[in-house]
Amino acid sequence: MPRRGPWFVLLPLALLLVWHAAVTRQWVAPGIIPAPAQVAASWSTWIVGPPGKSLSPYSGTWLANVLYSSRRVFEGFLIAAVVGIPLGLMIGWNRLASTLVDPSIQLLRPVPITAWLPFSIAVFGIYDAGALFLIGLGAFYPIVVNTTHGVRDTNLLLLRAARMLGAGEAAILRKVVFPSALPSIFTGLRLGVGVAWTAVIVAEMIAVKSGLGYVLWDAYYVGRMDICVATMFSVGLLGFVSDRIILGAGHLLLRWRALEAHG
Amino acid sequence: MAERPRAEPRLAAELRDVWKEFVKRGRRVEAVQAIDFAVAPNEFAAILGPSGCGKSTLLNMVAGFDRPTRGQVWANGAPVEGPDPSRAVVFQEPALFPWYTVLDNITFGPKTRRVPPEVYRPRVAALLSQVGLEGFASHYPAELSGGMKQRVGIARVLVMEPELLLMDEPFGSLDAQTRLVMQELLLEVWERRHQTVLFVTHDVEEALLLADSVSVMTARPGRIKKRITVELPRPRALDLTTSPLFNELKREVLALIREERLRAAAE
Repeated sequence: MPRRGPWFVLLPLALLLVWHAAVTRQWVAPGIIPAPAQVAASWSTWIVGPPGKSLSPYSGTWLANVLYSSRRVFEGFLIAAVVGIPLGLMIGWNRLASTLVDPSIQLLRPVPITAWLPFSIAVFGIYDAGALFLIGLGAFYPIVVNTTHGVRDTNLLLLRAARMLGAGEAAILRKVVFPSALPSIFTGLRLGVGVAWTAVIVAEMIAVKSGLGYVLWDAYYVGRMDICVATMFSVGLLGFVSDRIILGAGHLLLRWRALEAHG
Repeated sequence: MAERPRAEPRLAAELRDVWKEFVKRGRRVEAVQAIDFAVAPNEFAAILGPSGCGKSTLLNMVAGFDRPTRGQVWANGAPVEGPDPSRAVVFQEPALFPWYTVLDNITFGPKTRRVPPEVYRPRVAALLSQVGLEGFASHYPAELSGGMKQRVGIARVLVMEPELLLMDEPFGSLDAQTRLVMQELLLEVWERRHQTVLFVTHDVEEALLLADSVSVMTARPGRIKKRITVELPRPRALDLTTSPLFNELKREVLALIREERLRAAAE
């Protein structure tokens, strides 16, 4: 197999070329889709242009909107993790907790996050709390489900080993079940942060008046497709970066696992 | 033979008329039947039997992992209610915690039971050298060979100085060379503290080399066919396996196994 090297740029470059050709050669109706160069120019004005009395109302507002959305994602994700991980541990470990809580989660989980929007606006109004509710709820499901799964996958032999070494329930949870479930928990966190970015865009498009989702919908209304596309790239980039951060944290905490894979 | 210290007259383990049934895919499977068996303090007792004869079931009941369907299991003068550090287990798989280093695996028991560090630290140091793992304290299990992992598995239970050491085919998954080394190591350990051991194996030579008594089990449903006292001098070493006395015992055990196989085939 060839080394990774710079080959990974080939496909993105080709896609850019096709995009460019599609616009300049008018494979698509003119005036609908902006060319890559136009998106790049608008994006850069959006990022570094002088704010305020400029020709573009978006000029210089990128960072502020990125921070709005990122903060919401971070807070919502944090709530989801703080609730989802302990709850997943309980459901996976304790039969009573599983019987009491798991069916409700499985029943609520198929309700798409978008379907919660009217409910969220009705209850929380068009404030941050509504966005956090949607993001937190969306990220919660993959985190709780994967944590539960990780706990149930704990090797019986390791549980027996811990018991015969004198470990009680609390020690077993902390020293055996939790570390054993940690790889699954990280899978849940990665999926969760992906859902969180989906949820933040949906919430900002409708329920709050700031952030990238708000810009996306607003730009669509005023016919600024260049800003729409630049927003899509921005969200993609932020989602990618947050995924890498969680992946990195996972590698740091799961060094023993890397040894196993290469051993 | 050296005089053995006699701690107490009570038995290290005792099974009285023990029966065990499992339900597998809706069918009842009789694992062991009418087991009467005892391990004396400071005895190295081996249970010898073919795969699937229920010998691990027997050990698991002494460990407290399984409960008998009928009958009673006692250890150190008390009925067995569940797993306990006084009945430590070495499994066939090393069953180490992969997220802990060698040192953290060995100190898992003492730390969990809140033994003060000044009590267990010297023991850990002595054990690491005894089982030949000096310099590996900060390694993770994934970085060790099968034999080394099993040494950690032995060290982490010896550090708790259990009254009864239960070993479930501990060397079964090791290669032949490593197995011999581990058997010598276990003989050394035994000489040092006359640790009471219940050792389950399907290896005739291993049982005779290590144990004071070898109880031969029948095929499933497992019963104890005969208990043979191994009157071989201690301290023992590997070359014992070539002595005439050893071979005489081996012939006796092999005859029992053959007889059992014929009986099972006739049924």
